[in-house]
Amino acid sequence: MTINTLSQDGVQRQQMPCLTKTPYYWMSTRWPASELDYAIYLAKKNIRKQGELIEYEKECYNALHKRINHTWDFVVMQAREQLRASKQRRKADRIVLECQEQAYWLVNRPPPGTLENIDYGPERRTMNTRVQLIRMLNSTKKSYVKYCEQYQPHDPIMQGCLPSNPWITDDIMFWNMHSETVAVPTKLRVERWSFSFMELLNDSMGRKEFLTYLEKEFSAENLCFWQACEDVRHGETSKIPEKVDEVYKQFLAPGASRWVNIDSKTMEKTLEGLKRPHRFVLDDAQMHIYFLMKKDSYPRYLKSELYKNLLARAIVPQETKKSVFPFMRRQRHSSPSPALATQIGEDDGKGKNSNSVKSNSGTASRL
Amino acid sequence: MGEMEQLRKEAESLKDDITAARKAVQDLTLQDHVAGTAVVGRVQLKTRKTLRGHLAKIYAMHWGTDSKLCVSASQDGKLIVWDSYTTNKVHAIPLKSSWVMTCSYAPSGNMVACGGLDNMCSIYNLKGKDGNVKVMRELAAHTGYLSCCRFLNDNEIITSSGDCTCVLWDIETGSQKTVFAGHLGDCMSLGVAPDFNTFISGACDFTAKLWDIRDGQCRQTFGGHESDINAIGFFPNGNAVITGSDDASCKLYDLRSDQELITYQDSSIMCGVTSIAPSLSGRLILAGYDDFNCNIWDSLKAERVGVLSGHDNRVSCIGVTPDGMACCTGSWDSFLKIWN
Repeated sequence: MTINTLSQDGVQRQQMPCLTKTPYYWMSTRWPASELDYAIYLAKKNIRKQGELIEYEKECYNALHKRINHTWDFVVMQAREQLRASKQRRKADRIVLECQEQAYWLVNRPPPGTLENIDYGPERRTMNTRVQLIRMLNSTKKSYVKYCEQYQPHDPIMQGCLPSNPWITDDIMFWNMHSETVAVPTKLRVERWSFSFMELLNDSMGRKEFLTYLEKEFSAENLCFWQACEDVRHGETSKIPEKVDEVYKQFLAPGASRWVNIDSKTMEKTLEGLKRPHRFVLDDAQMHIYFLMKKDSYPRYLKSELYKNLLARAIVPQETKKSVFPFMRRQRHSSPSPALATQIGEDDGKGKNSNSVKSNSGTASRL
Repeated sequence: MGEMEQLRKEAESLKDDITAARKAVQDLTLQDHVAGTAVVGRVQLKTRKTLRGHLAKIYAMHWGTDSKLCVSASQDGKLIVWDSYTTNKVHAIPLKSSWVMTCSYAPSGNMVACGGLDNMCSIYNLKGKDGNVKVMRELAAHTGYLSCCRFLNDNEIITSSGDCTCVLWDIETGSQKTVFAGHLGDCMSLGVAPDFNTFISGACDFTAKLWDIRDGQCRQTFGGHESDINAIGFFPNGNAVITGSDDASCKLYDLRSDQELITYQDSSIMCGVTSIAPSLSGRLILAGYDDFNCNIWDSLKAERVGVLSGHDNRVSCIGVTPDGMACCTGSWDSFLKIWN
């Protein structure tokens, strides 16, 4: 395991911490994992950060507190000592030790319901793991089905498009209606902004509308900051220092005209990085503001009058009538592929049942 | 010697057992959730345009972000930028080296790039002051052929090469910013994530790797293919990777659960996959094959729902427009066809 640190000059350095210093945690030595040790481990976790113990750990902690109450002072003292000693170590070593310790206790005091992996060995294809695997795959597959269903009305190959597919009817109205500067957007386009925050940000009209909303809420500087960061990330390398400087003056400096609200830790880290600006120096701050907008302003925008009015005004284009020039109209049947020869004669190219997807065939087209 | 044979047979049968067990689990979950989804039915796409102009095999094509302009590269030594809707050629760029294997259109529309057996990635500026298209940069440092290149923006481009590495270049200075090393075989193809933070590469070591662009680390590796991975792409939601391989199958790998979800294969298909592209919603996966056809797969049910036949030689490249309207196939028969 290597730990990668991105130091200030943007160059990344690797540190290889020493894994051999703690035979205590090696499974092979099979030290008996005593109650005392577990109590010390939990106490350490508790002291380090309040509320870091999860449910079953809290229960164990309380149970141990009752059971070995007579040595509790010793437990707490040991915990404090170990914490103090670990602070002396290098950060990398400390992380490694903490990981090893956590893994050790996960095996020796597993959370209720997990298998004893070390004990059972490779033959452990029990029903339990199979059910867990299936459950995980279930939720993953669900998400794909949901995504495909959500985007199906937007997929012209699956479901056609209104007013008509320009490739088929030679009518470019679709592209005109979806251009960046159109006055009234289509309903599908406005609906798509509600699928995810990135969908809203990827559409220039969506960004404009969102900015109008944020201006009403006096938080427009967030979106402006995000856009400025994007410009730094994707712009010319030579212009990065001056762009970063602009961003600092406008958004990050104390008393800046469009100061953005970032937490002190991120702000400190960013300001440190600004001393040697590189392409990704604003990433942390940008991510912070991105999630701020995503969790707060974006859901409220979707519920706002501004968005709802736009959605109500948005148009659903009329399907263009098929071409009326008889001499141009040619019934086209695609030559059946040898691979699907058994299905010839089943349909004439037009979707018969409502489940069939392709409904645009049979219109005039030029090859 | 007999023992080796025995062990080899045992290993093979174990492999079969694992594949069967995996498939059993997949089938269970597939039936649960996909049964409720609407059937796709037979998808018939027709050729709407044929782009004629190349004089030799077409090796690569890439759509521009406006969904109308596209660039194609052929071994007649030309890079042609087409207005595919009108079938006009907007630019016909003569190349120094005719052994070109890949091309890419910048998202801004200002540049195109190509490369091949010359081990270099050449960047052409389409919006030069006097209207001529000239070479802007020649990125040379690879020690193997250039198999694929993709722009991140007007200043950065990622290339994959036969020297088993991928490289992130700064176009302005022409220097390598990050080298992504780790593959054990020629890198054949790459795809950039929708959020531009990561990219995936497929290689001749039968694996696909997910790389973090910022810190140059390989985040995940996906195995399972039994031959070279020729084509790779992101599923539109950015959480999955689709690959096409010489073993005649395509696979879908889920990034979050770090495993293969679905394999798209059929016993009647025995030739390699050369290129792959998903439709806008991801429901359909279009894959080009060595047998001159393109197959359309239902990505959720893993069934073949259509075929694009019309080329007279191997389909070497395929691409779906960013607005999802149409797909373009390029072939060794020197034609590009637009379908929908």
